[in-house]
Amino acid sequence: MKPQFKTSLLFATGLASGLAHAADIRVGVAEALTGGAAQYGVPIRNGFQLAADEINAKGGINGNKLQLVVEDEQGKKEEGINVFKKLIHQDKVLIIFGPTLSNSMFAAGPVANTAKVPVFATSNTAIGITDIGPWVFRNSVMEADVLPITVSTAVKHYGIKKLAVIYGNDDAFTKSGYDVFKKVLEDQKIPVTTTETYVKGEIDFKAQLTKIKSTNPDAIVCSCLAEEGANIMVQSRSLGIHAPFIAGNGFNSPKVFKDSRLAGEGTFVGSPWSETNPAPVNQNFVKAYRQKYGTDATQFAAQAYDAMYTTAAALAKVKLSGNLEADRLALKEALPKVTLNGATGLFKFRPAKTKDGRPGGYDADQKPWIYMIQGGRFTLYTGK
Amino acid sequence: MFEQQLFNALTLGSVYALFALGFTLVFGVLAVINLSHGAVFMLGSYAALMIVTQFGAPLWLGLLGSMLVSGMIGLVIDVMILKPLRARNAPHLIPMIATIGAAIMLTSAGQALFGAEIQRFPEDFLPAGEFTIGEVHLRVLELGIVAIAFLLMAGLFLAIRRTQLGRALRAIAESPRAASLLGINVEGLFHVTSFAAAALGGIAGALIGLNFNAITPVMGQPILHKGIAVIILGGMGDIRGALIGGLFLGFAEVMSKAYLSSQMGDAVAFGLLFLILLVRPSGLFGRVLERKA
Repeated sequence: MKPQFKTSLLFATGLASGLAHAADIRVGVAEALTGGAAQYGVPIRNGFQLAADEINAKGGINGNKLQLVVEDEQGKKEEGINVFKKLIHQDKVLIIFGPTLSNSMFAAGPVANTAKVPVFATSNTAIGITDIGPWVFRNSVMEADVLPITVSTAVKHYGIKKLAVIYGNDDAFTKSGYDVFKKVLEDQKIPVTTTETYVKGEIDFKAQLTKIKSTNPDAIVCSCLAEEGANIMVQSRSLGIHAPFIAGNGFNSPKVFKDSRLAGEGTFVGSPWSETNPAPVNQNFVKAYRQKYGTDATQFAAQAYDAMYTTAAALAKVKLSGNLEADRLALKEALPKVTLNGATGLFKFRPAKTKDGRPGGYDADQKPWIYMIQGGRFTLYTGK
Repeated sequence: MFEQQLFNALTLGSVYALFALGFTLVFGVLAVINLSHGAVFMLGSYAALMIVTQFGAPLWLGLLGSMLVSGMIGLVIDVMILKPLRARNAPHLIPMIATIGAAIMLTSAGQALFGAEIQRFPEDFLPAGEFTIGEVHLRVLELGIVAIAFLLMAGLFLAIRRTQLGRALRAIAESPRAASLLGINVEGLFHVTSFAAAALGGIAGALIGLNFNAITPVMGQPILHKGIAVIILGGMGDIRGALIGGLFLGFAEVMSKAYLSSQMGDAVAFGLLFLILLVRPSGLFGRVLERKA
């Protein structure tokens, strides 16, 4: 009996101290901190942490401090569901940020939506994310908004007449990126010489690339994750392919171009964020990130950083009652009204409609920045 | 394009053959399907990477190190897991399941030691040479892999056919008990075989890590599946079979990607494999209910 008594006593004091510190706003962060997606998940976590620390250092939100509960969802669907359940029912967070991959969101998002917990994605760009329900928000600009501009800019720059496509066909993110590319290429009437696929874990792309080479395209569209993308570019050069690449969101990591060395020169990538955007809020973010983490900030860190500030702006308008359900609802109602001038530029939400016309969640309403890779670095494209 | 695809198939096939070599050797002598071979392969890759990047050693030392490290791991698996099972006369499935456990442990150890992120050889360590014959682009590294795969295969084949050690191994493959009655140190040779097979897996990992330059703790898994297919196709335990089976799978995959659709690579390769096994259930070089080294 004794240990049980102790536990309940502990639990009681825990409750009491919880009440005493009711000024803490608990928010959940569910990102891939290990595994292949960690190269996105870790900068995202850092972005949240940096923003929360800044907000808390300035006295919090109406005097309330932000408290992050960080969980590793490993970039896996199953783990995403587990972590979401833990954050909702055990940690009782007000809002969940994450998960890292669209794949995981399709699995875990419905858990939050059903439990009526706002879920705020900063890196999910697949089509249909906000179809999950009205509690789903994202500030990650969709591929459908970025790619048309990426493609038309690259086509104009290189004078592209025809291009080849390669994509991973067993991943929600790369497949949905491909669907968008396909539509964009049809809309812009650019002939495709051949469309090649690969599956996750494949390391030898030479068969597909040799085929691409034989069709002699002016450029290669790649809807790939960073891991495969770097190898695809390297192997294409070793086969004597000189065509430049046009890529989706998966290439938005400096690591891809570090790993692929100069194979990625001339690649066009669209991004919601620009390191070189001179706005003070962005330059402060870039400097503070470098100082705190010792590496360069990425697009993913910037979007996470902005997401935290967006949420803080919404929370500033909400009177927290201490009733979790009411507060979650109040936050959900306040988020769409926020307009933020953040590190990624001007940002606001846009209500999304599901495929069958029901009201869905909220997508980002924001203009992308177009980059060209020069000297292994993302360089803001400003025209020929 | 055809010549290039031919060369692509030859490299991919050699990669599969190289991996399958150690895999089939263990089966031939120990009669165990060692499913930890993929993890041993992965650790060989990391061993070479660490020796080259952490100690600044030349590449050939990295390759040698990968053989030693993986060989030792193979030996430890044999002594700690397979030997006690042999001593208890465990049925065939038990050691196979035990090696799955070993594979999971080694993969987790790899993750803990080296992290889950992809690691790559720094550019200056890679043999950078490449040249063009007609339309075909060749990299020195790929030629090296093909050459090493064929050399190791020939060396192993001759060692088993022509040396005293090989004769002893073949005797064990026929019947460990009879071999032991003839005065052959069966346990000792089991250890030697486990070491050699794992060392072959290790150098395969190092070479493939160099070629595709993407080393991760889970890189052993996809190739393990291909490896199983290769040795079943070639005939379990047969060294020529590993080569022919590996090349067959490489050609089937590349050619179906090249001339059918890239979605079909694995489907066609494994469909053909199934058809061949319908005609020859014991594989190209295997004989029913017989093991060969």
